[in-house]
Amino acid sequence: MSANGRYLRIAAGLVVIAALIAIPANFNRYGLFILSQWAVMTIAAMGLNLTLGYAGQVSLAQGAFVGVGAYASAILTTHGWPLPAALGVSILTSFIIGWLLGYPALRVQHHYLAFVTLAFSTLAFLVFRNESWLTGGIYGISNIPRPHIFGFATNKPLPFYYLCLGSLAIVSLAVWWLIRSPWGRAFMSLRENPLRAQSLGVDTRRYTLMAFAIGSALGGVAGGLYAPLTQYIDPVPFNLSLSLDLLMMVIVGGSGFFFGPFLGAMIAVLLPEWLRFTQGYYLMLYAIAVIVLLIWSPTGILGILDRFLANRRTKTASALRAVAKSRLETVQ
Amino acid sequence: MSAVLEVTNIKKSFGGITAVSGVSFDVHEGEILGLIGPNGCGKSTLFNCILGQLTPTTGEVRLDGRTVTGMRPSELNRLGVSRTFQLLQVFPKLSVRENLILAGQEHQGSMTSRLFGRSDAGLTGAANQMIGFFKLEHLAGEQAGGLSYGQQKLLDAAMAFMGGPRLVLLDEPAGGVNPSMLADLKDRLVAINREKNATFVVIEHNMEFVMSLCSRVMVMAEGRVLAMGRPDEVRANPAVIDAYLGH
Repeated sequence: MSANGRYLRIAAGLVVIAALIAIPANFNRYGLFILSQWAVMTIAAMGLNLTLGYAGQVSLAQGAFVGVGAYASAILTTHGWPLPAALGVSILTSFIIGWLLGYPALRVQHHYLAFVTLAFSTLAFLVFRNESWLTGGIYGISNIPRPHIFGFATNKPLPFYYLCLGSLAIVSLAVWWLIRSPWGRAFMSLRENPLRAQSLGVDTRRYTLMAFAIGSALGGVAGGLYAPLTQYIDPVPFNLSLSLDLLMMVIVGGSGFFFGPFLGAMIAVLLPEWLRFTQGYYLMLYAIAVIVLLIWSPTGILGILDRFLANRRTKTASALRAVAKSRLETVQ
Repeated sequence: MSAVLEVTNIKKSFGGITAVSGVSFDVHEGEILGLIGPNGCGKSTLFNCILGQLTPTTGEVRLDGRTVTGMRPSELNRLGVSRTFQLLQVFPKLSVRENLILAGQEHQGSMTSRLFGRSDAGLTGAANQMIGFFKLEHLAGEQAGGLSYGQQKLLDAAMAFMGGPRLVLLDEPAGGVNPSMLADLKDRLVAINREKNATFVVIEHNMEFVMSLCSRVMVMAEGRVLAMGRPDEVRANPAVIDAYLGH
């Protein structure tokens, strides 16, 4: 990448961050709720992008991990725990359960693994609904408090949005670090060619379990923030359709691209809101938009950008070769 | 000469079919051993048993005198046993350089140091050196999936050498590689064998390649060892001519 391109990208990134901080300051309560939801869902989708997009392990259970995180956070904060401590428990619980769910992936892959994770998703939903002593059953848990962070109350929508945005920033940095570390390369080797990876000393078992555990832990982070965002949780939001929504965010945004989940969550959370003016038609339009996009670019939105950049690189390279050749001929 | 690899009485059956039926041989330190035989004679199955990709039904594999039978391929690789594949086995979406860094990164440090350490695990230099050695400089930043068949074959071999292995098992390295590139590949293999003191076992159907590269040749037929010896001895062996080489 040229130095110019890099500065351009950093500048664009700073503009987006500034916009995310400044513009919502004038938003109403509902707008801020939707944006906070975008940040939370992006975190969950980043987790799935790690498991599925980078490590190639299909999971239809990410929504269940959001549920695990949300219940852990809701139960503990309503018992007086501070949110950071509750969030820690959310992360740890979903990490451990994610690790265990990774074991089937050591034996089955692809569609079969999808079914195993789907079964887990159903199991988690049943636990949320039936174990009333812990989860409140169908009545759920209400009056979930919003935290004080370093003495700042986040009861109002705007401070809570900043809490979500800050968490998204921290998670993004951590995931960025992870995927550019040798671990990220090992995750991609699981996706690309596990047989070859083994013969190069990659402990595919351990990395597969880690891919599941870390991806699920990020689902737990998202859940831990979701509970104080809505301040009321019941089992319904964490059923299979959330897992499918998160899967769609990853695929539509661009599976295996760092920024894929940001775009995918934007489309899944914001686009329905923008299409509201069409009233009864908005869900239909939304569905058609997704179908058209995936026909046009099966690799998602960032797949389009990636192809465009690759084309341009090829053109530049062949132009350079042509110039070099003509120079060589002139010299001769 | 000490033996790097000792294979004792390896048998491997799949249901009623016996693919390898009692094979024993030693590989000496620093040698290049050829392994030839008709298709379906059990060469690749034998490789997979040695490398832990298959568990042999009976028998023992020893590496430097230590029993390693049934060890996982990744563990075995970290002990210094590496391989190349008959069919292309690279990481298509990663660049050539990333392929090579990946091939070396698990041979150093721990899981923790790989998580918090440098992105390239300090291997960019070594990867570039390997790229230069296999004359792939102009392709270093390209996605491996975009390379030609022969170039991917070279990359596959280069990856096998990244971890500094003691023993490399090459499964048909010459298959599908054009003649000029083949001469290059042979040069590279000989150079690594001498300079890095790496021991090779090579499965190959290209007789000219095997006979000129290897110090000893083992011939297999129907899951058994038919002959073992210097290339000229093997070539003159009537049983071998009958079963494989033809008249």
